[in-house]
Amino acid sequence: MSINTYLLSILVDDEPGVLSRIAGLFSGRGFNIESLSVANTTEPDVSRITMVTRCEPDIIEQIKKQLHKLINVITVNDLTDKRYIQRQLSLIKVHAHPDKRAEILRIVDIFRSKVVDVGPAHFTIELSGDMEKHEAFISLLKPMGIIEIASTGAIALARENKH
Amino acid sequence: MKLKGAEILIRMIKSQGVDTIFGYPGGAVIDIYDELNRHEDLNHILVRHEQGAVHAADAYARAKGTVGVALVTSGPGATNTVTGIASAHADSIPLVVFSGQVPTGLIGNDAFQEVDIVGITRPCTKHNYLVKKPEKLACIIKEAFHLARSGRPGPVLVDLPKDIMQAEIEFKEPSEISLKSYKPTYKPNKKQMGKVIELIKQAEKPIIFAGGGVILSKASEQVTRLSRMTNIPVTATLMGRGAFPGTDPLWLGMPGMHGTYRANMSIGHCDLMVAIGVRFDDRVTGRLDTFAQHAKIIQIDIDPTSIHKNVKVDCPIVGDCGYTLDVILDMLEKEPVEEIKKDHTEWLSQITEWKETTPLKYEQGDDVIKPQFVIEKLHQVTEGQAIVTTEVGQNQMWAAQYYHFDHPNHFITSGGLGVMGFGLPAAIGAKAACPDKLVIDIAGDGSIQMNIQELMTAIESKLDVKVVILNNQFLGMVRQWQEFFYEKNYSSTNMDQSPDFVKLAEAYGAKGYRCEDPSKVEATLIEGLDEPGVVIMEFMVAKEESVYPMVPAGGAITEMLLV
Ligand SMILES: Cc1ncc(C[n+]2csc(CCOP(=O)(O)OP(=O)(O)O)c2C)c(N)n1
Ligand SMILES: [Mg+2]
Repeated sequence: MSINTYLLSILVDDEPGVLSRIAGLFSGRGFNIESLSVANTTEPDVSRITMVTRCEPDIIEQIKKQLHKLINVITVNDLTDKRYIQRQLSLIKVHAHPDKRAEILRIVDIFRSKVVDVGPAHFTIELSGDMEKHEAFISLLKPMGIIEIASTGAIALARENKH
Repeated sequence: MKLKGAEILIRMIKSQGVDTIFGYPGGAVIDIYDELNRHEDLNHILVRHEQGAVHAADAYARAKGTVGVALVTSGPGATNTVTGIASAHADSIPLVVFSGQVPTGLIGNDAFQEVDIVGITRPCTKHNYLVKKPEKLACIIKEAFHLARSGRPGPVLVDLPKDIMQAEIEFKEPSEISLKSYKPTYKPNKKQMGKVIELIKQAEKPIIFAGGGVILSKASEQVTRLSRMTNIPVTATLMGRGAFPGTDPLWLGMPGMHGTYRANMSIGHCDLMVAIGVRFDDRVTGRLDTFAQHAKIIQIDIDPTSIHKNVKVDCPIVGDCGYTLDVILDMLEKEPVEEIKKDHTEWLSQITEWKETTPLKYEQGDDVIKPQFVIEKLHQVTEGQAIVTTEVGQNQMWAAQYYHFDHPNHFITSGGLGVMGFGLPAAIGAKAACPDKLVIDIAGDGSIQMNIQELMTAIESKLDVKVVILNNQFLGMVRQWQEFFYEKNYSSTNMDQSPDFVKLAEAYGAKGYRCEDPSKVEATLIEGLDEPGVVIMEFMVAKEESVYPMVPAGGAITEMLLV
């Protein structure tokens, strides 16, 4: 069966231990987490977890049901086939030898990212965008020699209807 | 009104309708015990090991159809409950376990007898709580009981720091609980119901497949009515025993690894399976791609995660078993009788043939007692009316095969986790729940030694349980696997060194019998069961008897090893 990438937006009670309930569910049942991001919402006792997971179509149904079964999970919204806006933020430190600096800057420009730290032999670049944009950007920078990357997990919100 | 935390706890427990709890004291719960002693209407049974408290509470819940309660101290008291909690979790048994905890100010400091029991039990509870503020105490207790008993039931642990138990706070009975998203689906989707009726009408080779969910939802009457109304035969899992009378002509026996030939063959050949409150455990299904391969499957379960988990079904229904069956029965009643109650002549005669050619069987000679014979006799002399608990292994399977249960809540066994040492404390819990019933633990010589200390609990609390030990001088079930699959390499399964169980019984103040003669089995049982007080009856049985039929793990259930 095919392995797909799924994007879940999960509202949970903002309580200690909730994250370990979710992490424990995934490790205990052998599900995988690609990325996870957690933050408060405008409601005082509610947090939003945005999760990216890769699995077979059957398994995602189990994952959603198992998540929902956790008492502290309020809603599980599978955004995968919906209209949504998704972003992730990365800091990418890359070797910047004199002969490559211009090319790197050109790529930075094309992707509307920015250089946030410069040294004699490196740039640190800040990139925001969806997961595909990140993949594309990183594959272009790879030949220059990436030193290290720090990335947030994906965050996402469903789009509202236009009318 | 200002009350101490400990008093609020006891009041809340009582207000949930609880009259008996099982527990063991310690420093972290000393305030609770101090308070408990002032409440004569809350009976506390002092066990001899905290695992025993949880198994006893588990069986109490099952025998009575309520929530079981255990109370233990922090640290080792709490960790001793883990096996019991995991067993209750696997079998979806409603429990609330209260554990003591070090004072909130010390949590996280590696204090004396501190363990993160909430962390440890997270994967084996339905939910758990650490009470951090005294104001939350009453509400959490109410939630804990609600969660334990509603939806798909399960164990809930509440960790109680000592300072919370000592705090004096304003108490008022919490009115409503607020669990934002917890809303189990009891009522089934109407649309699916019509499909069920159609499938029943069309079926030529139908079976009903009942599980523990039927017992939990108190729906055995509905299952029986469904079978009678439609002339559909019934099989029930280990956890579902008693969902349908075991002496009824439409009873197929239990399915699975040690199921009857006819139950397994019926599953292999049926064209409709009405699965009610089952989770398709691997011990039941065997190889998945051959399981009920010719059947359309209707599955009724209150837990959506049970559906499509192991077995893909054609007509999934999320709902309470009893409630859903009520709806189905109402609809069936409106149909013309001839369309829903078919003779199924061919199908039923096929099943009869399976039963006649390949029944459960063993041969009882004159010399050595066969374990199956003991259980068969036990069924006879108790007229099938006892509550039976079991240990784990061959003893458990023979109990399931040769004791025929006509009523729900009479067979209490650690199904999902298979915990050796379950049966004796479970018998104590069941006896506490049903003092007027005869309660018997069917045990193995290995398992009985895992919680033997609970004999003292039974005697002290005057819970007159009877223990039948099938002593084969082996960890028999493991020996059987070694015989079949490991060339009889009996590595560490020989148990010819056991205590003298008769003297052991006497040492505790119970009465002990030993029987080695097949002709004396019945008399020993009659005498031992008649004897007041706690009794151990040890039967020296054939050492290398195996449980048949057997489906090798991972094999198709229609391919059984037979005697
Ligand atoms: C706590 C625990 N440890 C180990 C096992 C593995 N196990 C399953 S059956 C069995 C043998 C049980 O021996 P006995 O109680 O004598 O029963 P018999 O099979 O001989 O009837 C063992 C060791 C288990 N189920 N539970
Ligand atoms: Mg044995």
